[in-house]
Amino acid sequence: MLAFAMPAEFTRAQVEAIAALAQLELDPSEADTFARQLGDILAYVDQLQQVDTSGVPPTTYSGGAHGEDRPDRVVPSLPIDEVLANAPDSDRSRGGGFFKVPRVIG
Amino acid sequence: MNRPATLAETRDAVVSGTRSAVDVCREALAHIESADPSLHAFHTVTAERALARAAEIDGNRSAFRDAPLAGVPVALKDNICTKGIRTTASSRTLETFVPPYDATVVSRLHAAGAVLVGKTNCDEFAMGSSTENSAFGPSRNPWATDRIPGGSSGGSAVAVAAGMTPLAFGSETGGSIRQPAAMCGVFGLKPTYGRVSRYGLLAFGSSLDQIGPVTRTARDAAIALGVTAGADPADSTASHEPVPDYTAALTGDVRGLRVGLPSRILDSGVDADILRAVTTAIDVLRGRGASVVDVDLPHAKYAIPVYYLVATAEASSNLARYDGVRYGLREPQPELGAMYSRTRERGFGAEVKRRIMLGTYVLSAGYYDAYYLKAQQVRTLILRDYAQAFERVDVVAMPTTPTPPFRIGERVSDPLQMYLADIFTVSANLAGLPAVSVPCGVTAEHLPIGLQLTGRAFDEATVLRTADAYERDTPWWKQAPAIATR
Repeated sequence: MLAFAMPAEFTRAQVEAIAALAQLELDPSEADTFARQLGDILAYVDQLQQVDTSGVPPTTYSGGAHGEDRPDRVVPSLPIDEVLANAPDSDRSRGGGFFKVPRVIG
Repeated sequence: MNRPATLAETRDAVVSGTRSAVDVCREALAHIESADPSLHAFHTVTAERALARAAEIDGNRSAFRDAPLAGVPVALKDNICTKGIRTTASSRTLETFVPPYDATVVSRLHAAGAVLVGKTNCDEFAMGSSTENSAFGPSRNPWATDRIPGGSSGGSAVAVAAGMTPLAFGSETGGSIRQPAAMCGVFGLKPTYGRVSRYGLLAFGSSLDQIGPVTRTARDAAIALGVTAGADPADSTASHEPVPDYTAALTGDVRGLRVGLPSRILDSGVDADILRAVTTAIDVLRGRGASVVDVDLPHAKYAIPVYYLVATAEASSNLARYDGVRYGLREPQPELGAMYSRTRERGFGAEVKRRIMLGTYVLSAGYYDAYYLKAQQVRTLILRDYAQAFERVDVVAMPTTPTPPFRIGERVSDPLQMYLADIFTVSANLAGLPAVSVPCGVTAEHLPIGLQLTGRAFDEATVLRTADAYERDTPWWKQAPAIATR
């Protein structure tokens, strides 16, 4: 088990690093508020460290049976036109159905 | 009758021919039109489609003779996909999103004869306890419009409490049906994890999410659950456990029923009026022949910290899909990465960003064991607490909320205070158990109070039987705010 090095407070730099991991641009005015609030929340959840969980397995799903199997049968997909109707940018040329994004490879 | 009609009364009137489905639908639409400007329960009202559907039911009455929801107006939380009807999850991200398919609950409600009248307000992506996190403004509590209705399924609770519809559906990840039901003085049911298909529910916390009804009575919830429960080839987490006739369980007989009371967790922090109402409610059950047993849930006090680690971790993953590529908002940028992050900055509100960041953090290298794994282990201990309690009792009773509905704006700047509104509800989500909130009184300020009853997994029947028996001896379910009967 890890030695728990819980941050006493959350820094602005940490918030910016997490936001980058989560693909979230942050408004500069938000970063300090988030740092304070996330610090408060982490200090609060820190009470879990009081609980002795040695030898306790984690629960990933509650309840009993899950992951019910079904026969793998081919069924029609959604019509491409209806799906692309929600796309911010798309292309139906050359007989295909494409979501368009900015150029990825230069 | 100085209260709105129940689902069962509405359905029976349509089937017997006392009222036409069109008449019922017109009345619901007219009431929404007059009451909603002051309450904001709805994002979208589907008046034309609803009237067409009602006319279809009237024109083919024999086909709907046995339909359990024939002509019943229903409202759906706006995170449940409806084909051809805008589904926003109260987010800028999905402001113009029109799903190309129906959620499984939507097709089942349709087949049962329900008439969809609209989509209800909620906290953005169901993240919140007050509907104040809606990008389109909060809903208001029909008992006191300066107060929150609870959340996240606040609009659905308001729609039923204000008599706009006898039935609405919400979703729960941590208390989001029961808590607003309690705060609005109506009935709310969170079914067992896996009891109702989530196909078409916009995902938040996948090990927790569940859809359930808001109604006026336990009987109405039993009918609504019977229609929507059961296996679904489109959702592998929807259980194959047989669906019983839930209404058949409503015998009024609770003799010999063992009601567990976790008195230790009620020691502190519960509003005095709420504690008194819940104690009195338990006496009512005792008066009907139930026995009351003290139970201990020693780890229930950790439910909120566990929840905010597990749910945010899962949310950070689930909400990665809102990247401006396939649907929803896009902020055009010349470079792909910048497009993703600008889109998400503009599309998400503050609470959603907070949770995505918290979840990203607790899953990140070096912190996974200390936070996420630890939370999942304590979750196991919460499950074991309930398993031990249910060896001795059949249901566990406690308040649904620690306080009455608070004032709009009171807790928005303090996320932790907001989270504590769900202190009694989230353990049932973590343990995957069925739980209800049934109206059990009012505070001195005439704000509604809810009694929460939790049962064994897939034993909704016993929970509903207990709640129904309680309703038979009490007037609270008949109470309605003035706006409901105006």
